[in-house]
Amino acid sequence: MKKKITNWSNYPVVEANLLPFRYEDELRQLLNSQQEPLITRGNGRCYGDAALGPNILSSLPFNHILSFNEQQGIIHCEAGVMLDELLELIVPKGWFLPVTPGTSFITVGGAVASDVHGKNHHKDGSFSNHIVELELMNGVGEKVRCSREEKADLFAATCGGMGLTGVITKVKFRLKKVESSFINQRSVKAKNIDEIFGLFEQNEGYTYSVAWIDCLQKGKDLGRSVLMLGEHAKREELPNRQQMHPLKVPASKKVSIPFNFPSFTLNPLSVQAFNFAYYNKMLGNEKKDIVSYDPFFYPLDSVLHWNRMYGKKGFVQYQFVLPLEQSRQGLIEILEKINSRKMGSFLAVLKLFGEQESLISFPMRGYTLALDFPIVNGLFEFLDELDDVVMKYGGRIYLTKDARMKPEAFWKGYPNAQKWVDILKKYNPDQKFNSLLAQRLNIIS
Amino acid sequence: MKYILILGATSDIAIACAHEFARNGYGVQLAARKQDKLKIIAQDIEVRHKMPVTCHTFDALDYESHHEFWKKLPHRPEVTLCAFGYLGQQEKGQTDWREAWQIIETNFTGAASILNIVAQSYEEQGRGSIIGISSVAGERGRQSNYLYGSAKAGFTAYLSGLRNRLYKKGVHVLTVKPGFVDTKMTEGLDLPGPLTAKSEQVAKSIYKAHRSKKDVIYTLPVWQLIMQNIRLIPEGIFKKMNL
Repeated sequence: MKKKITNWSNYPVVEANLLPFRYEDELRQLLNSQQEPLITRGNGRCYGDAALGPNILSSLPFNHILSFNEQQGIIHCEAGVMLDELLELIVPKGWFLPVTPGTSFITVGGAVASDVHGKNHHKDGSFSNHIVELELMNGVGEKVRCSREEKADLFAATCGGMGLTGVITKVKFRLKKVESSFINQRSVKAKNIDEIFGLFEQNEGYTYSVAWIDCLQKGKDLGRSVLMLGEHAKREELPNRQQMHPLKVPASKKVSIPFNFPSFTLNPLSVQAFNFAYYNKMLGNEKKDIVSYDPFFYPLDSVLHWNRMYGKKGFVQYQFVLPLEQSRQGLIEILEKINSRKMGSFLAVLKLFGEQESLISFPMRGYTLALDFPIVNGLFEFLDELDDVVMKYGGRIYLTKDARMKPEAFWKGYPNAQKWVDILKKYNPDQKFNSLLAQRLNIIS
Repeated sequence: MKYILILGATSDIAIACAHEFARNGYGVQLAARKQDKLKIIAQDIEVRHKMPVTCHTFDALDYESHHEFWKKLPHRPEVTLCAFGYLGQQEKGQTDWREAWQIIETNFTGAASILNIVAQSYEEQGRGSIIGISSVAGERGRQSNYLYGSAKAGFTAYLSGLRNRLYKKGVHVLTVKPGFVDTKMTEGLDLPGPLTAKSEQVAKSIYKAHRSKKDVIYTLPVWQLIMQNIRLIPEGIFKKMNL
């Protein structure tokens, strides 16, 4: 039975067969019985069409934790396990995720397929950096193991490989040792782009750094932002009350947005008002506090279904990265374009990436900016213009968030694309694994 | 340590209950036919909750084996959860007796066979707790699933009688009637949201009802209201309805 399926940005929506599996033999049966192409989907938190196709394997029920070595901090689990479940298990034992994106509602398999990054990319790299070993199931139902030592080509093509090398089934990865579940947070205001760039570069010693940026400022205020820095708090840094339970897992207090907002809710005025309030809520130039990991890493997880804020038409998230030397000029050009079109973005997040050596993963040394745009007439044309700027400066677009870029932008932005596609041909010879994204970008044709 | 025995441990509600009881400090005994699946479920529970889990082969339809099965358990469980069931296909069952037989035997006869043994044992020791997963389908026969419904109706009546018999002996019997349950396997299916409970939610309400020694629960209270109304419809009208 076909049903309507869409990922986090509510765009695009497809009619598809959703095929869940709980055990390996169920997955094997699905792979052997399905003649048509398949793509694996976890919790559907990628924004666009990477996990969409006419036939979707759902890995959500495939969520057993296989082992947790508390001494060495190594976890081995099936791909459908979600990060929030892992946190519940590992934090009380003094461990944390080595890398986490801005939501804990993603599966481990999704974290690998997108090779996700977090606020500590400049220190710890992306998720794949911490993987010990992967297991996949190929198109004919055989298990294939890979790592940096074993089938290194398959390993490289799978990290950030958007599920096109096979079904990721098991992941073994290293955790980060922590003394507490709290974060020592420091927020610093920056008046403009030069100040925020300066702050990022001065503060690369911090484990976590990210900035929220107000896209509607122009002229000398262009790039006005708040930088948030963080370190895992040491036990002795905690207030007395929290020292009693330094590894406490915060209780979830979640509210849900129950329906799609009317699409006029977010407009340049309301976005402006929000950004004004956010920037001015901080009275001084700097603020320090100790917060639980939840509000620091996952501020939006407390509002379930925040994507419904954008209305039924959905939104797109646009995330790009520019090489370090080109970042300043490119960002100014893009922010000015956003400004002149009044295409205000509610959520705009800026981060300085560290070095990254990888085949097909998104990060590279330089600045990355993530923007949300509600879908309105003319948006896609506008984003094509932004693509041109990103390409001009040698940058690239994040596949996990993309639903609309043209193939040229992909092939230009990812210099190893051909090498990656050659490996796909080796391990996915019958094109059994295929997605709307792969077709749209001429990855699998 | 207290133990819970879960019969039919590979169903979604059963798995969720195994986690919920383990989280609350119970050792877990998983029983089902498919041992390979049990093994991975057991491993997962052990890693997450640090409680001992054992796996046991149990076939609801192999009545002869039930005594031996109960005798051989490594610990006498304080709680026995009877979670197996077979929905089957109503239409097939109308003409194919094998199908009808399997629906009736699994949901009623199999359950009665093993719970007879458990009840006897609990009665003798003067304590214990039996939890049976029945169904709202047993409240009234409908054309779309009366084979399953009638077997569950029988099971509900069985549990009710058992409760009446064992109450004075200090043994607790809880009847659970889930309505629609949204499991990870039905993710994305068009189940009516307000009437649909998640299996984790069902497990929590079962644990709570067990703690407070409730007799009968609907896992979403709204179902109690719905079933009350469905029971009140006169048969003359009910027979004309498409349910």
